[in-house]
Amino acid sequence: MESELKRFRNSPNSEELTRRSSFPDEVIERVLSLFKSHKDRSAVSLVCKDWYNAERWSRTHVFIGNCYSVSPEIVARRFPNIRSVTLKGKPRFSDFNLVPLNWGADIHAWLVVFADECPFLEELRLKRMTISDESLEFLSVSFPNFKSLSLLSCDGFSTNGLSAIATHCKNLIELDIQENGIDDRGGSWLSCFPESFTLLEVLNFANLTSDINFDVLERLVSRCKSLRVLKVNQSISLEQLPRLLVHAPQLTELGTGSFSQQLTFPQYEELESAFSSCNNIHTLSGLWDVKAIYLPALYSACTNLTFLNLSYAALQGGELAKLLRHCPRLQRLWVMDTVEDKGLEAVGLNCPLLEELRVFPLDPYDEEIAHGVTEAGFIAVSCFCPRLHYVLYFCRQMTNAAVATVVQNCPNFTHFRLCIMNPRQPDCTTGEPMDEAFGAVVKTCTKLQRLSVSGLLTDLTFEYIGKYAKNLETLSVAFAGSSDWGMQCVLEGCPKLRKLEIRDCPFGNKALLSGLEKYESMRSLWMSACNVTMNGCRLLARVMPRLNVEVMKEDGSDDSQADKVYVYRSVAGPRRDAPPSVQTL
Amino acid sequence: MSVPLEHDYIGLAETSSMERSSEKMSSSPSSSCPHVIEDNKSSSSSNTALNLKETELRLGLPGSQSPERKPGPVGVSLFGKDLEHKSNVYSPSSLKNFVSGAKRGFSDAIDGSTGTWVFSINGKNDGDLGKGAVLFSPRGDKSNTQQPSTSVPAKKEIGSVPPSTRPVQEKKNQVSTANEPSSAPAAKAQVVGWPPIRSFRKNTMATNLVKNTEDGEGKSGAGCLYIKVSMEGAPYLRKVDLKNYNNYVELSSALEKMFSCFTIGQCSSNGLHGREGLSERCLKDILSGSEYVLTYEDKDGDWMLVGDVPWEMFTDTCRRLRIMKGSEAIGLAPRAVEKSKNLN
Repeated sequence: MESELKRFRNSPNSEELTRRSSFPDEVIERVLSLFKSHKDRSAVSLVCKDWYNAERWSRTHVFIGNCYSVSPEIVARRFPNIRSVTLKGKPRFSDFNLVPLNWGADIHAWLVVFADECPFLEELRLKRMTISDESLEFLSVSFPNFKSLSLLSCDGFSTNGLSAIATHCKNLIELDIQENGIDDRGGSWLSCFPESFTLLEVLNFANLTSDINFDVLERLVSRCKSLRVLKVNQSISLEQLPRLLVHAPQLTELGTGSFSQQLTFPQYEELESAFSSCNNIHTLSGLWDVKAIYLPALYSACTNLTFLNLSYAALQGGELAKLLRHCPRLQRLWVMDTVEDKGLEAVGLNCPLLEELRVFPLDPYDEEIAHGVTEAGFIAVSCFCPRLHYVLYFCRQMTNAAVATVVQNCPNFTHFRLCIMNPRQPDCTTGEPMDEAFGAVVKTCTKLQRLSVSGLLTDLTFEYIGKYAKNLETLSVAFAGSSDWGMQCVLEGCPKLRKLEIRDCPFGNKALLSGLEKYESMRSLWMSACNVTMNGCRLLARVMPRLNVEVMKEDGSDDSQADKVYVYRSVAGPRRDAPPSVQTL
Repeated sequence: MSVPLEHDYIGLAETSSMERSSEKMSSSPSSSCPHVIEDNKSSSSSNTALNLKETELRLGLPGSQSPERKPGPVGVSLFGKDLEHKSNVYSPSSLKNFVSGAKRGFSDAIDGSTGTWVFSINGKNDGDLGKGAVLFSPRGDKSNTQQPSTSVPAKKEIGSVPPSTRPVQEKKNQVSTANEPSSAPAAKAQVVGWPPIRSFRKNTMATNLVKNTEDGEGKSGAGCLYIKVSMEGAPYLRKVDLKNYNNYVELSSALEKMFSCFTIGQCSSNGLHGREGLSERCLKDILSGSEYVLTYEDKDGDWMLVGDVPWEMFTDTCRRLRIMKGSEAIGLAPRAVEKSKNLN
């Protein structure tokens, strides 16, 4: 043994090691700064202490998938030079009203720390966080170089907060407000941009509902020569749209306003002409209340289109088909199920390069009327779009055979999210569970990272997932499974699992407690309306001190039941800002 | 077939005749039906009585019915003849949906060939009512009775049976109820947070759906081509694309093929019970020789017999199809109270 050690010390390897550690820090930092992906950077930082330090000094962007997994102080201390922070807060099921309103994920504490430690912060991208108007104002005055604000699915603020941003952020280049629970008090925030302000590159207010002053918008667009992304809201009419486009032919992403106003022929021509000068558009969205007869005005701008978001445009199949003939390069398509199977056939026929398809339901609660897409449309797309790797499909019926066919045609799925809207619905032709469908998915799609299951499912589905889905990172389960065994299969079988969210399934303490160490390698676990009890949660919390185990109870529920459980790893310890409805064990 | 129907389908018919008729109805001696009489006198008690009855017979989506859509006069009209000629059996709750527009109720259409079922509130013949005979003109035969009326007799006449003065209004109520994300959909209780759609999308689409329906065009999804077809006793639903057919004959033969396995089974087990009458009542060309009747639910949630309106109108308004047992459909006429219990 000793002789081996001597040999090691004198070997070329150890000399190399010594040589490596004598690199000046600046050199290492320079090299490491070329690593952009945060996964790579995390790996790099684990090599040795020198590299850890080099990496932290050169890191400019931090991605924090769960804001409670770490504290702002720890982040600021480790990465003193960060310019950009991406933070995600609430569990994803908060989008569907399963999380109490005042749950937490408030950005303010972070802003206070960053204002002190990282005042050169330029970019903040938040998802499912709570942010108040006061926080927005604080942000706008505390960071003189602030450039980019993106808020997705956030809440707690109003358009007054946007006014503060527009007023104070002299270097703003991006304002991206998407699908938030915003208190829309009017469009006057847009007028808060000073007349001298010309730097804007990205402006997205598509999901605000109030009217804005069109003249103000027009002037803003015309003086911001670098504007490349413009997504307006429904208050902008079809008649007004050309006046914007004419000022911004350099746009690469356009979100139109309402597409349904009655146009005179000259107005239509103006619209068509405005679109024809927009040769750089690769992303198109909006088209609220679309009147299909006006769609031809767009055709000239569709040649280079790679992403078409029609998820708020209730088009019929034939109308979509006509439009898609002009979009040969389409890679991503979001539609509403009003296009039906016929529309999806047209997708297949016209968009061979398609990589991502999302089909949203027009009316998710209307079960009686037969609208929407079926297994036939799904198969049709898969037949003609071999590059398809991302699908989100809301439907009212599906068969095992269809899904098996789809994945046979498209074995490269990385994201497979199938939502059969009626809970626990079996295969519509055989009456059997949908186990074989998802079995086919995980067996065939070896690159699968994200899976959402639905329909009538037994434990067999989860056996398949555990056995085959070796690259699975995110799994969403609802109204499925027969026993604890199902969940156990997943916890034991999926090595890369990071996020597991479960609702209304018969999984109890045994399942919960089968994943003890596993949870430390995951970002989070959500279980609601399952069979987990308070005692089970307490046991988990006791055995795994580095996990935060939070329980939310419903009104009137049994004391022993843990209605909603959220478990996540954290280096920051239990959080102190939990509301009374959330109990940390 | 229903040419006059088209004129007034959007409900521009006179209301005056209706009101006249309703006055007459209130004075008609419906002694055998205490509920009815009380309706005329005291609305509160009859409200309860009628409401119970109304909940029994659920042809439309439960909960989708706005308060105006009570069936009273409809029922009365249907059995106007009965009141006169039979033993005044009256069920105000039956056929509650057959209120607006130029649509026909089951029993009327069923018995169309006899020419006796008429929306005659005062029990008179078709000819007399003329414009007032909205809904229950006998199939095909009496064209002069096919006038829609949007205003069913006023509240005061029939107690708790208020008029449905505006089909569009009702439709809006119905749609907005059905599409309101926060309230339960008509057919079953909503599960919180399911389907997993973000609130922004839910709220936006709900608003737009109501908006479109108010416009009266209903383009966003009401141009439905795929119709669910359900059948009594069948284990699952089928879907048909109405655009694939040009007339009722094509549709009926397609449906026959689709559901033949069930029909044959049923026929053999149930025998030909009541068939002779049935062939007259159900569409002769459709499902002939079987004991089944083809019905459809239209945009307003009313259940109609297939075959009364022009094909184009049918494809525009049909939301879903249902193949019902003839006995169920007929029975709605005289013994509606009992049958309504059976249906539910």
